[in-house]
Amino acid sequence: MSNEARSGEVPVLSTHGLTIRFGGHVAVNNVSCEFRPGTLTAIVGPNGAGKTTYFNLMSGQLPPSSGTVRLYGEDITHLGAPQRTKRGIGRAFQLTNLFPNLTVLENVRLTVQSRAGMGLNMVSMWASHIELIEKAEHFLHLVALTERRHENAAALSHGDKRKLEIAILLALEPDIFMFDEPTAGMSVDEVPVVLDLIQHIKAMGDKTILLVEHKMDVVRSLADRIVVLHNGYLVADGDPTEVMNSPIVQEAYLGAGVADHV
Amino acid sequence: MLRTLLSGDLPRSRMLSATLLVVFIGLALAPFVVSGARSLNVAATICVFVVLVASYDLLLGYTGVVSFAHTMFYGIGAYGVGLALTGMGPSWTAIAVGTVGALLVSLVLALVIGLFSLRVRAIFYAMITLAVASAFAVLASQLSDFTGGEDGLTFKVPELLQPSFHLLEATIMGRAIDGKLITYYLLFFSALGLFLFMLRIVNSPFGRVLQAIRENDFRAEALGYRTVIYRTLANCLSALIATLAGVLMALWLRYVGPKTMLSFEIMTDILLIVVIGGMGTIYGALIGSALFILAQNYLQVLMGQTSAALSGVPFLANLFHPDRWLLWLGVLFVLSVYFFPTGIVGKLRAGTLAKVDRRP
Ligand SMILES: Nc1ncnc2c1ncn2[C@@H]1O[C@H](COP(=O)(O)OP(=O)(O)OP(=O)(O)O)[C@@H](O)[C@H]1O
Ligand SMILES: [Mg+2]
Repeated sequence: MSNEARSGEVPVLSTHGLTIRFGGHVAVNNVSCEFRPGTLTAIVGPNGAGKTTYFNLMSGQLPPSSGTVRLYGEDITHLGAPQRTKRGIGRAFQLTNLFPNLTVLENVRLTVQSRAGMGLNMVSMWASHIELIEKAEHFLHLVALTERRHENAAALSHGDKRKLEIAILLALEPDIFMFDEPTAGMSVDEVPVVLDLIQHIKAMGDKTILLVEHKMDVVRSLADRIVVLHNGYLVADGDPTEVMNSPIVQEAYLGAGVADHV
Repeated sequence: MLRTLLSGDLPRSRMLSATLLVVFIGLALAPFVVSGARSLNVAATICVFVVLVASYDLLLGYTGVVSFAHTMFYGIGAYGVGLALTGMGPSWTAIAVGTVGALLVSLVLALVIGLFSLRVRAIFYAMITLAVASAFAVLASQLSDFTGGEDGLTFKVPELLQPSFHLLEATIMGRAIDGKLITYYLLFFSALGLFLFMLRIVNSPFGRVLQAIRENDFRAEALGYRTVIYRTLANCLSALIATLAGVLMALWLRYVGPKTMLSFEIMTDILLIVVIGGMGTIYGALIGSALFILAQNYLQVLMGQTSAALSGVPFLANLFHPDRWLLWLGVLFVLSVYFFPTGIVGKLRAGTLAKVDRRP
């Protein structure tokens, strides 16, 4: 990863003819797209459009049927999720996907530990690595979960689970942040915390942010670019106002009445 | 000091600390407080089982992997020293060669089983280990020229460990300092060392990853942990420690045979002890083994006495007949699982669970 590569000449992440079939159903169909640093791209589309599946293909949870994924121009299609995470692709999940019987703090501490490359250390005590614990506490503070840190993740409310999901993503300190409906199911007063965090990441300037979001006001306020998926196809891609006003989006997406989807 | 020895994983319950202390002191002083070869044999068996069961807990309780091949690794350790001592004569070199050879065989087998099958679904993994372990047990009894077949092998151990050897003329607390005593303490301190080693592993950064994998392997991958590597490592560690437990048992019994070392019964005993003691606690192995082995050895005696005392009452006397001990052990097991689903350690710790991950 040279400086030149990071500067935006080469896209950070790109997909080329990415396709996946589940039996006869093509969930993601020949999608080619490039993502550049310092840009927040909103990926929108109706339920079942293939947004989460597209994410899974990029972050390595699923192998594609055909097509490639590239990171700084390098083909990473053959790499699994752990290797992609290590290379800077950070993923938060739509359906919260935590370690339910470990504490909130431990959920994040494990993430910090992975980032620190300490997982294979068998000789020291986990509790003696105070720096990892403190770092984890820092991320919990960012999402306002400090008070709950000693509770099991399973005991959290839905909104707090979503916040923990975000704390884990932050703790990965990735170059590429992939948010899959981060505010879905949150109460109105919890949403601003999340939006502020995303704004904050954006303000860092060099991060590549991918955001799947149904709430149009959120998309409007954050996105630099909008990509529309429909039935697995990429049907529109470009400047937010342009895309929102294009006939295909009006028909395929906004007309579908999912703007208030939770 | 104690905190470091226990890797920061303190019992966290007064009752649990007391129970652990009783078992520990009991085992430490066993040769001086119990009399007779049988009692010492029980204590030695407990020492070995603590190691065997704790190493299984590493896999089942911490990593969430169900394996039926644990006795196979135990058997490899036992047969390793058994064959070496038979073939090379009673020397420490033979023990070293047998142990290292057995560890290598176990390592290779654990690696192969792990890499080939830990990617597949848990149920297939359990099936594969079952198949490999059965094949191994059959092999051990079929190769009778080599392994002694069903009868097994009786062999001599180095002089220092022989019962007829006396280190001192004098006795301590009425107890002769003979080879049997030395062997017992060899077992005791090896078991203690291995136990503390396992306690360290589960409380290391690596051990925390194992628990994360047990909880949600999909997410552990997304955090950057390659679960196949972690599972395979846990599998190898567990197998190697079980092998050492087998070595210790063979040295104690001066005998190896398929029934004592490889039978499926031992596998079910291990499973029962892990569950009774408390999965994912390591300490459960200590309490569970002590309780289970004591019950296995003394329930029959106790029942014989009860039955004799009740000889006037026909039905009850029959119910407590010593031949029914297995039935009662079963009843005890069902009751303990019903009342302590998280095991004895889980139950004793329940009141303090909220503090589990609090920083020192
Ligand atoms: N593992 C799978 N096996 C079979 N079909 C799948 C699988 N994963 C997704 N699908 C199907 O692929 C299609 C796209 O699903 P996906 O979850 O990607 O949609 P989405 O755009 O994220 O929808 P939502 O807005 O509801 O989250 C759906 O029809 C879904 O049923
Ligand atoms: Mg989705």
